[in-house]
Amino acid sequence: MIDAIDSHLAILLIVLPLMAAPICVLLGNGRAAYTLALLVSILTFACSVTMLDEALEHGVIYYDLGNWHPPYGIEYRVDVFSGFVLTFVSGIGAAVLLYAPMSVRDEIPASKHYLFYATYLLCLTGLLGMCVTGDLFNVFVFLEISSLSSYALISLGKTRRAPLAAFQYLILGSIGATFILIGIGLLYQMTGALNMDEIAARVPHEDGPRTVLVAFAFLTVGLCIKMAVFPVHTWLPNAYTYAPSVVTCFIAATSTKVSVYVFVRLIYGIISPGFAFNFLPLDTELMFFSLAGIFIASTAAIYQDNIKRMLAYSSVAQVGYMLLGISLATPTGLSGGIVHMFNHALIKGGLFMVVGCFVLRLGSVQMSDWKGAGRTMPWTATAWVIGGLGLIGVPLTAGFISKWLLLTSIFEAGWWPIAVLMLVSSLLAVVYIWRVVETLFFAEPSEAAAMATEAPLRMLIPTYLLIGGTLVFGVWTTYSAGIAHAAAIALLGEAP
Amino acid sequence: MAPETLIGISLGLPLVAVVLVVLFGRMPNLRDGCSGVVAGLVFISTVWLSTTVFSGGRPQWSLGEMLPGFEIAFRVEPLGMLFALVAAGLWILTTAYAVGYMRGHHEQHQTRFFVCFAIAIFAALAAAFSANLFTLFVAYELMTISTYPLVTHHGTREACRGGRVYLGILLSTSIGLFMLAIVWTWSLAGTLDFRIGGILSEAVASGRISQTGLGILIGLFTFGIGKAALMPFHRWLPAAMVAPTPVSALLHAVAVVKVGVFSVLKICIYIFGLELLRESGVSLYLAYVAGFTLVVASLVAMTKDNLKARLAYSTIGQLAYITLGAMLATPNSVIGGGMHIAMHAVGKITLFFCAGAIYVAAHKKNISELDGLGRKMPLTFAAFLIASVSIIGLPPGGGAWSKWFLAIGTVETHQYWLTAALMVSSLLNIAYLVPIPIRAFMKSPSSSTDGETTAKSSWFSEMQEAPLLCVVPLCITAIGSVALFFAAQWIYEILLPVTESASAMMNIPGSTPGATK
Repeated sequence: MIDAIDSHLAILLIVLPLMAAPICVLLGNGRAAYTLALLVSILTFACSVTMLDEALEHGVIYYDLGNWHPPYGIEYRVDVFSGFVLTFVSGIGAAVLLYAPMSVRDEIPASKHYLFYATYLLCLTGLLGMCVTGDLFNVFVFLEISSLSSYALISLGKTRRAPLAAFQYLILGSIGATFILIGIGLLYQMTGALNMDEIAARVPHEDGPRTVLVAFAFLTVGLCIKMAVFPVHTWLPNAYTYAPSVVTCFIAATSTKVSVYVFVRLIYGIISPGFAFNFLPLDTELMFFSLAGIFIASTAAIYQDNIKRMLAYSSVAQVGYMLLGISLATPTGLSGGIVHMFNHALIKGGLFMVVGCFVLRLGSVQMSDWKGAGRTMPWTATAWVIGGLGLIGVPLTAGFISKWLLLTSIFEAGWWPIAVLMLVSSLLAVVYIWRVVETLFFAEPSEAAAMATEAPLRMLIPTYLLIGGTLVFGVWTTYSAGIAHAAAIALLGEAP
Repeated sequence: MAPETLIGISLGLPLVAVVLVVLFGRMPNLRDGCSGVVAGLVFISTVWLSTTVFSGGRPQWSLGEMLPGFEIAFRVEPLGMLFALVAAGLWILTTAYAVGYMRGHHEQHQTRFFVCFAIAIFAALAAAFSANLFTLFVAYELMTISTYPLVTHHGTREACRGGRVYLGILLSTSIGLFMLAIVWTWSLAGTLDFRIGGILSEAVASGRISQTGLGILIGLFTFGIGKAALMPFHRWLPAAMVAPTPVSALLHAVAVVKVGVFSVLKICIYIFGLELLRESGVSLYLAYVAGFTLVVASLVAMTKDNLKARLAYSTIGQLAYITLGAMLATPNSVIGGGMHIAMHAVGKITLFFCAGAIYVAAHKKNISELDGLGRKMPLTFAAFLIASVSIIGLPPGGGAWSKWFLAIGTVETHQYWLTAALMVSSLLNIAYLVPIPIRAFMKSPSSSTDGETTAKSSWFSEMQEAPLLCVVPLCITAIGSVALFFAAQWIYEILLPVTESASAMMNIPGSTPGATK
């Protein structure tokens, strides 16, 4: 029995949340739907951990859907890299659900609770599916599942701007998705295959025909929109700002990372880095856009008074660091980029959870309303400080690990001006994080802050789960940088 | 006990103190008792450890790799041992003093205060024992972060502004310059271990780094270690003086700033290697920056009326002495620098203790208000005078020896302008330190006119010293700064192995201080 389940984990990961979502709707009751969603998300986390473990021990797991073999059927494929991403996405998905109920009750009308949890599960399905599948068209399908559900989730926000923000995201997201679809179509036209390994084997890697170039261009631009790379990031600040706190936590921690995952797969698994970086100058371009994004978005973050928007801009900047690592195409650089996906997911998820705690107690995300809240809500405010230090990249936090890896690999490649720019950019993070710290601890308490009480334990515990994680993975990196390194080696090794 | 275990114990105990302080946060007596006892235990274990280190042993202890290739490891050598001894010894006194001060002053958040204090001590010891640059950097940053709540302890706008400058300068120099220098070093040498003779000689020999590059690298290190307070990155030190006085005393006279100059010394000795620095002369320009800093800081100190601000600028000047010693890179100058870490620590902590005692007993912050106070607080001002003598560098103060070796260093390298700078600065030291006790003893109190009529018999009845827990530590450190004058020979012999060149080390494997030159 156990064996039978074991061999179907890859599909269970998708089927469980996908089936649970309509059941949530049928249940029609917020509390029941929540319990189911939480249960399912924990189960998917368990599945991911098991698969990651197996991928680490026995290598890649293949699963043929309906027993149709690859060229005809859809194949699911879990290696160390996808196992790693699956694990943290499902883990954060579960942690956010653990955190959710009080914040959801506060921000979303009760009549919509069961729909919210159903949509949440669908979004999780989509994100997990993008990581688990080995079929390029299937990636697009799951991408759409996750995108459509996140549009819906974002539009649940309290203010009337939320639907507008969701609409803005819908327009840009759809353009991105269409580009991706066009790219997939062109690749299919060239190779007659949709399975990633098949495409990789058949696509010409040396100065390919124009069709391949165009396909690659469409895919890259489409994914850049979904990753919110500067300058096509414009959907992200509004979406993060106006979505309900819980949704922001979840999407900020996972959604862009999964797009980065697909992008890495595309470059290292399908097109090959030689094609992308040597034949095409994608590495220089990525480096330029990521550095521009890091500086411009970080600077923009400094000038925000809305804290959610500030963190959103910071997310745009952080995606830049991941791309920087990816564009290096060295083991250290790539593992730095990959581990930053995880570390940033932890940090940003944790910080948005802190924001959610403050929203619950203070009812606002404006800096002026947070004044002096550190005195009445010390634990929440301390979590902000720790998460913020992680974002800056201070030693003993997870952020330091990824920055250190990136920095050493940049130096290995001999691009020291970029190293200097990267270090200067992390100083910008000091400014925007510390603006909030000073507001929290030193300003005279605002009216709301003076009356506020500490955030409830039910929210603080999951918050500290992630925030504590940034400290744990800042010291003990076997399961973060270690796995990322293994994943990077595998990715570079399999590149033809 | 095995020396390896002792390293673990010395480092672990401050963390134990953190836990105990948090646990007993609601019981002040028990909490502060725990702090004191642990501080005592740390001192005992460092002394125990030092017996091994000073007889030539180099115990090591590795915590394992934090990242592939980057290890958190500790290896105790004489310079770090000396620094650890100073920090641990003064921690005991400061704990006693802090208890007296914080209670005498009814400060808030005492638990948080003692927690951060213990973490900072942990960071100082970790930096002292570090076996490689990576560990040193981690400890250095931990120190910055853990002292921020101490600096901003009062939570006022002024504290906030001071804290902003403090954190801003220390974080931006360490991330922007120090970290860059470390990664650069790593890319050149392929290792970050501290080794006698340095790790860069191979890269220099193979031409992977030019002379200019080497000069830039050491500049990145020296300025990047903002805690060494070399101008123009010195602003954080006066800004940090908004902290309660025990913090200023231990952290900004001993732990924080000394971690800075200690790191500079350690990098010059174990990363660059003294021979390399001496032969290439790339560090000389930094010696002049240090010379500039020590004169200018002394001049600025003279203009300050606020006692703590004057001491802060004095600290900047004295730190530059140590940096100067490191940059000259002769055996004598390095020994002088290392010695000055201890001498200045004991002297300056006395001065800060006095400043705090004056504040607690008389609520005076400015020098101009101290007239005649010496009659009320004779012990405090006597201690102030003794410590001043040591800082100035006059016998029988310990500072006389360290400044002597530094001066020899400048003469050896024929940098007579620097010799002159040292002399001028010493004169300036006299000018800004000695008037303070003189004023307190000689001048009559400005407010009361009956100062002269007071009979000698009532001298003692007038005494209004600070609480005993404040006065006793400052007397002990004052005596200590004289005692160090007589211990100079001992310190010299301890530090001698540090200055040996790589080649000498190979000739005499496991060489001990007995290996004379």
